[in-house]
Amino acid sequence: MSPLLPVPFADLERYAPTWCLATEADRWERRMTSSMAELSAFYDDAFPRLEEAIEHCDKYPLDDLPPEEERLLQLVHSLVMVAMAVEIFCQPKTVDSADAVLHRVKEPLP
Amino acid sequence: MTTTWPKPAAGSWTEHHPELGTGPISFDDCTSAEFYAQERDRIFKRAWLNIARVEDLPRPGSYLTKEIEIAKASVLLIRDRDGEIRAFHNVCRHRGNKLVWNEDPRAETQGTCRQVTCKYHGWRYDLEGQLTFVQQDSEFFDLDKETRGLVPVHTDIWNGFIFVNLDDEPRQDLREFLGPMLTGLDGYPFDRLTERYDFVAHNNSNWKLFADAFQEYYHVPALHPQQVPPAVRNPDAGFTCAHFQCDGPHRVVSTAGPRRWTLDPAYMYPIERATRSGLVGPWEAPDLGNIPQGVNPGGVESWGISNFQIFPNVELLIYSTGWYLLYRYWPTSVGTHRFDGSLAFHPARTVRERVEHEVAAVVFKEFALQDAGMLGGTQAALETGVLHEFPLSDQEVLVRHFHKVVADWVALP
Repeated sequence: MSPLLPVPFADLERYAPTWCLATEADRWERRMTSSMAELSAFYDDAFPRLEEAIEHCDKYPLDDLPPEEERLLQLVHSLVMVAMAVEIFCQPKTVDSADAVLHRVKEPLP
Repeated sequence: MTTTWPKPAAGSWTEHHPELGTGPISFDDCTSAEFYAQERDRIFKRAWLNIARVEDLPRPGSYLTKEIEIAKASVLLIRDRDGEIRAFHNVCRHRGNKLVWNEDPRAETQGTCRQVTCKYHGWRYDLEGQLTFVQQDSEFFDLDKETRGLVPVHTDIWNGFIFVNLDDEPRQDLREFLGPMLTGLDGYPFDRLTERYDFVAHNNSNWKLFADAFQEYYHVPALHPQQVPPAVRNPDAGFTCAHFQCDGPHRVVSTAGPRRWTLDPAYMYPIERATRSGLVGPWEAPDLGNIPQGVNPGGVESWGISNFQIFPNVELLIYSTGWYLLYRYWPTSVGTHRFDGSLAFHPARTVRERVEHEVAAVVFKEFALQDAGMLGGTQAALETGVLHEFPLSDQEVLVRHFHKVVADWVALP
């Protein structure tokens, strides 16, 4: 099977099926249904590659990313989503958010 | 590291407006069904209401519907063949059916059309609202198509913000209603900040309670301690704002001080340092050219954010780093409202900029959820009816002003 991510990011390939998600709604849902162990494992492996991933994607125009680079950017967006849980709240759900929801209904893609 | 800012000569922001008083205020206006009915008639059917941006209707034939539940109104906005934006009541002239809707007649929708066709009997209207086609029109009696066009709603545009007014005859035109403080924003390049992240939430609190939470920063250290990392967290640190101003029914609060990213790195989370974006948005400001002085009406040094509250239900937060937030609170019952929130940036030119915007949008949601989560509790506690007067600090002067203006409008015949 051909890899989902660009070759230099093969070490993150195992996270791609879970975290290459196009929309915030999907990324939020995945965070809420993941354990802290799963979130931390992804964060610990992906965070050190963040700067390289951005630099790599920026070799291409934002509106014309090849599929592998588009998925890498989705993985970066997921890292941002997961960082909130790992760095700030130490739990998947926003602390003190009770039953509140806030749906992102429009966003630029990718 | 609480910074204090000079207060007006009267000694406080509150006493600078003697009509506000300094005594406790009531929040019965958030729990009374009678008051809610008056807000419908005397505020939401009288004030100019911002319901969209011009970018939401990009070309002739673009349309959208907006539900204004408290006024029992559904408004249809259409860009006509000449490019003008028109507003109509979203009601068919034949049998009163809701004219434009998609799967659910109560849900808002948008799209592009050549004409508007009623789902019920197929009557058609053009982009100017004229009735153009009636099925089997020879079966009707004295039907004059000329007089059966869509019912217009007063509409006007200010800096790309589309407003409507549901009054028969608006008492003020839009610019007069907005007044000098808000029209001081004329020329701000809102039209260049078109990359939007839009959010919707249904919240279990009166519409004014959510607005209250965003017009003071006094609650920030207590409700949002996680806005700085644990090592530098100080629950007793206060927060004071640099400038408060009221103009007619509208308000502004400005914050100032050192930019977050100029502080010791310990004050930021790793994701913020890595992406150069975070709680207050991207660190790097786009070049937007000349910015009107009206964004910082107090002329404060090291200005950061101005949070304008456009009466009755809009907040516009303009960041010195070249982006803005827009909140709208749409009452759906005395104890519930629908929150519309948008972040607007210049269109990202690179992946790096797109990630900066994504970080800002993700962090925004986390802390807005804390406000939203708590306010259900505020509504429930107010509804116990145990307390009817509440002390407000000088940092909450705009809460005081807001509830007074609401009461003043409700009292106006």
